[in-house]
Amino acid sequence: MGFLDIDNATKSYGAVEVLHRVDISVEEGEFLVLVGPSGCGKSTLLNMIAGLEEISSGEIRIKDAVMNGVHPSKRNIAMVFQSYALYPNMTVGQNITFGLEMHGVPKGERETAMAEVAKLLQIEQLLDRKPGQLSGGQRQRVAMGRALVRNPDVFLFDEPLSNLDAKLRVDMRTEIKKLHQKLGTTIVYVTHDQIEAMTLSTRIAVMNGGYVQQLGTPKEIYDTPANLFVATFMGSPSMNLIPVRVRTEGNAVYAVTQNSQGQEISLTFFQPSDRLRSYDGQEIILGIRPEALTDVEGADQRSAHVERLENMVAVTEPAGSDTFVTTTLGGAECVARMRSDADVVAGKQTVFAVNMEKAVVFDPTTEQRIL
Amino acid sequence: MSVATQDTAIRTGRIARAMIYLVLVLFALFYVLPLYVMAVNSVKPLSEITGGGMMALPEVWTIEPWLKAWSTAQIGVEPTGLRPYFWNSISMVVPAVAISTVLGALNGYVLTKWRFRWDTILFGLMLFACFIPFQIVLIPMAAVLGFLGLAGSTSGLVLVHVVYGIGFSTLYFRNYYAVFPTELVRAAQIDGAGFFQIFWRILLPSSGPISVVCIIWQFTNIWNDFLFGASFASGDGAPMTVALNNLVQSSTGVKEYNVHFAGAILAALPTLLVYIVAGRYFVRGLMAGSVKG
Ligand SMILES: Nc1ncnc2c1ncn2[C@@H]1O[C@H](COP(=O)(O)OP(=O)(O)O)[C@@H](O)[C@H]1O
Ligand SMILES: [Mg+2]
Repeated sequence: MGFLDIDNATKSYGAVEVLHRVDISVEEGEFLVLVGPSGCGKSTLLNMIAGLEEISSGEIRIKDAVMNGVHPSKRNIAMVFQSYALYPNMTVGQNITFGLEMHGVPKGERETAMAEVAKLLQIEQLLDRKPGQLSGGQRQRVAMGRALVRNPDVFLFDEPLSNLDAKLRVDMRTEIKKLHQKLGTTIVYVTHDQIEAMTLSTRIAVMNGGYVQQLGTPKEIYDTPANLFVATFMGSPSMNLIPVRVRTEGNAVYAVTQNSQGQEISLTFFQPSDRLRSYDGQEIILGIRPEALTDVEGADQRSAHVERLENMVAVTEPAGSDTFVTTTLGGAECVARMRSDADVVAGKQTVFAVNMEKAVVFDPTTEQRIL
Repeated sequence: MSVATQDTAIRTGRIARAMIYLVLVLFALFYVLPLYVMAVNSVKPLSEITGGGMMALPEVWTIEPWLKAWSTAQIGVEPTGLRPYFWNSISMVVPAVAISTVLGALNGYVLTKWRFRWDTILFGLMLFACFIPFQIVLIPMAAVLGFLGLAGSTSGLVLVHVVYGIGFSTLYFRNYYAVFPTELVRAAQIDGAGFFQIFWRILLPSSGPISVVCIIWQFTNIWNDFLFGASFASGDGAPMTVALNNLVQSSTGVKEYNVHFAGAILAALPTLLVYIVAGRYFVRGLMAGSVKG
């Protein structure tokens, strides 16, 4: 039993099922991020936790108490909305204390709680203003203040940063993370931005089409994606997917593919599993992150198995800290992430280092990772 | 070459502008003419009117016609002037406008923020009320008022106008609240506000412009209504419009045009006043629903 349990929860609108048997258990103090493309059902799931949407079947429990049918205000949750949803006719102070007032907290206590939260979020000087007179970042803070002041069991965030400009978004992201580390509260956070998901979460649920595709720590999700969807959705630039044929020779297992000239090349798998051996002779998909495909000097020195191959450089894109190099493997366009001063020239052959320890493989028909 | 074209461009601009102003001024004069005639003739002795010269300014200025119209003219049986009927209208309009506006706001709130099965159909049916001609409902309405024991009373008229007004007030508020962010309602729900608290504390404070639109619309329609007043109010209970008609129709002997003009202006004053006081909110409110997201 976790702190927040989502147990086989399903949501249907009429005959259409938009969430299919979602099963997530969140521990106290966890920062769970629901990430996925638009329309995958993240907000719906969050609203079901909040009580703003009914649960069609299954159960949601907070601290072991079943929440199905419990009014949002009685779940001891707080929510920060994408639009911030600040009451336009009330001052910042009134916005923050409205929930306490509705819960019958006496005025004295409300003022104390408000002062505390205002100090924490550094919005003391804004308390008498109306939301219309605030900047985007300030509104964001006030919205968080309104959530914090109730001292809820679970915080729910629905894309809270997506209305901010890029710079402010990064700042607020850090601030939310700090706040979580300071207060240790349980958070469920919805975003479509995979970088936000990676940086903020203690655990990520990647969603698509109403299904949870994978639930795990950011590292698990990034290093061992459960299927092709997760592999491509998480990470930027996204994972290189190269069609290869499996060939076993004694103990060794090779991924056979073509270089940019169409000549056959092969890469040796690192610690191949028995499942992988059983694909002998078949086509599979080899997944390699851009940072695992790099120049020889930039290759991970602690990796137990780095392969080298020579290939044609199609395009180089210097990005300051790194240089992104485009090349073709097995007919698929691949991006390599090299050191910024790596010696590569477009149209010339160069040696790539492939960190096979980090390589993952997928079955092309089921799209699942081959374990 | 290019200078020449620019020159003509400016000149045609000036001519066009002058034409536009000319036409506008003519229209304005045309529209203001009836008011002018009414105003001028309401402050003349009757002899000046009957002697011809409707358009001329009075030779002798007098407020006698106004006083007579207000307090001593013969309306029906008693020489009471329009005064008691003015109060009849007020006591009909104020509750009718207030009730239909509040109910319209509540309907709009429910139809947009507490959606339920068939809600759009229900809204469609309510909209239908805006298009039912008054004449059709006269007889059934009379029967209902009789059944309720409200026949011939001001409360009866209030009921009629509220029923008729709800269609429009619901339409106004529904469209206004449709673009009111639902996330605010959800936030308030999580904060623990109930159905009426959300309405009262969150929606109503942001409903100024549309309330003004609704109030002006209802006030004007109900104040100016003649048919329901004539059909469902008897004698002393008649509203201003009916009384004005009686004043004009029932005067024996000479037609006192100056008194009639004064009476007509008196009957029109409240709606005029409402427009002057709240008119700019009216336009702003009408725009708000369509432009602001
Ligand atoms: N009230 C509704 N009626 C029918 N379908 C809905 C309703 N609300 C959301 N949906 C559908 O549910 C799916 C998930 O929506 P949502 O949870 O908002 O996605 P997102 O992951 O972008 O937040 C979408 O396909 C959407 O069309
Ligand atoms: Mg969403």
